[in-house]
Amino acid sequence: MSKLTSLEQTALLQRVTQFIWVEADLLDRKDYDAWLTLWTQDGHYILPIGDIEDYQNVLNLAYDNAAMRRMRIDRFKAGFSISSAPPAQTVRTLSRFVISAEDDREVQVRCAQHLVEDKFGRQRLFAANVTYVLSRAGDGFLIRDKIVRLLNSDGILTSISYLF
Amino acid sequence: MLDYPHPIAPETLFSGDRIKSTMYEDQSIFNEEMEKIFARTWVWVAHDSEVPEKGSFKLSWVGPQSVIVVRDRKGDINVLANRCRHRAATVCEVKQGKTSSFQCPYHGWGYALDGSLRALPQPEEYGEDFDKSKYGMKSLRSESYRGMIFATFNEAAEPLDDFLGPAKKWIDLFMKQGGGYPVTTLGEHQFSFPGNWKIQLENTTDAYHFPIVHKSFLQSLDKEAEKTFTFMDGAGFVEDLGNGHSVMVMIPELVDLEANLDAPIPERFQQLAEELRKEHGEDQVRRIVRAVGGSGFNLNLFPNVACSMAFFRVLRPVRVNETAIRHIAIGMKGGPAAANRMRLRLHEHFQGPLGFGSPDDSEVWERVQRGAAGLEQQEILVNRGGDEQGTDGPRGHVSAETGMRAAYKMWKRMMSA
Repeated sequence: MSKLTSLEQTALLQRVTQFIWVEADLLDRKDYDAWLTLWTQDGHYILPIGDIEDYQNVLNLAYDNAAMRRMRIDRFKAGFSISSAPPAQTVRTLSRFVISAEDDREVQVRCAQHLVEDKFGRQRLFAANVTYVLSRAGDGFLIRDKIVRLLNSDGILTSISYLF
Repeated sequence: MLDYPHPIAPETLFSGDRIKSTMYEDQSIFNEEMEKIFARTWVWVAHDSEVPEKGSFKLSWVGPQSVIVVRDRKGDINVLANRCRHRAATVCEVKQGKTSSFQCPYHGWGYALDGSLRALPQPEEYGEDFDKSKYGMKSLRSESYRGMIFATFNEAAEPLDDFLGPAKKWIDLFMKQGGGYPVTTLGEHQFSFPGNWKIQLENTTDAYHFPIVHKSFLQSLDKEAEKTFTFMDGAGFVEDLGNGHSVMVMIPELVDLEANLDAPIPERFQQLAEELRKEHGEDQVRRIVRAVGGSGFNLNLFPNVACSMAFFRVLRPVRVNETAIRHIAIGMKGGPAAANRMRLRLHEHFQGPLGFGSPDDSEVWERVQRGAAGLEQQEILVNRGGDEQGTDGPRGHVSAETGMRAAYKMWKRMMSA
């Protein structure tokens, strides 16, 4: 953990928040190709089940490396997946940002997410705790890992055809 | 015999190859199904590996009834209605775990792992002749086959072995996915959809939808795997196995995972095979790799479980128009970690709320429920494919609706009883 002045801490939090909001905006607008460019090639997009952290050796809702992320987006866009053609519309907010670790290479952030989806005139609400490991890249960031822990991840969910 | 005050005679809802959509929508039919089917036949509740040790328990369901599947101190499986004998409160709300007893949170009645009433506060107010042995939790009859645990409220139900009949040999084949190790569960995906349970029951024996609904899944596979899953013109079939059960063979060359071990290892398993070769001989590598890919068939067991290619599919009727589904991943107990990891990734690829397959299934099932509202005089077709006599019953083309007809025959038999 580098020693940041209070002003630097505030500035970092603001830059991180801004980055995550840009990502949220891309996802709600389903600008998925742009979303893919926010990532490094080595990390994972994970929706775990329950509170287990050994993601690789347990069942997750999603455990996507770069290739799976690309395939997932291709599936959304190709128009052959009935659940995503047309997709549910989503509106999300992320807040309660806490920077839990940072050094000159990475910043780890946790935050809260609320998402409302609408399809067939029916709305569903999801809440999640989200953790990001962001790689510093020039003045900005790239996502290395994003872990979205739905509140009811080990309960009975409904089919989801968009990204958190 | 119970007398139901509704105007619909269940036997009029299935003609042999057509059904009336009333059976997806009518509340009185649903109530009758819970009584005449789910309370009377064998219902799958758990896999042995979910309750591995003495004191291990797992919550499950028999129709609308929450049950606790628990291994007692003697190592025997008990299936207990999750309901205090006193005032009906659930005694357990932990999904899975280990315990030495169950205690009702309301008035403190305590039960042993076999459901017997052990202790209660101030028993003297029930009088001197209060007999604790009469106030245990309701214990269901339970039997298992190859680790699959079934339970029933019906003391007169035929033995599980007889109920499964010819389905047993398909369960034996399915369990070859252990690749020489015992089959174990590896977690589960759970989701619900706003539709009737029989829409899901039908789907497990419906190959006709696969190239349409799962086109986006097929497109995400390599060419070789895509070819494996393109089975509509192959030698597959659907066979009625009696008692509502059926098997749908999609990939005949993957029916017996211990046969054809010298067949070339598919491209998508090459990396795994390479990793396994570090610690295993070539014969074992081939056996494990072949097991990892899963079986080439769906075995549909009436009314609530399927051995579906590489996982257990369990359905639970929640309401007439809501069904909860579990997709339970399986793997090799004590097997190579790399092999189990690959099974997990394959499961995540297709199954569950964010899979490349299940959300599209869920969407079309919901469309059936939405479309079936109204126009009740227009029957739903389950007449596809002409059946011939198979080994154990009528057999049709892989895309035939033979399995649906098998399930509805059993449905009609039970509902007319």
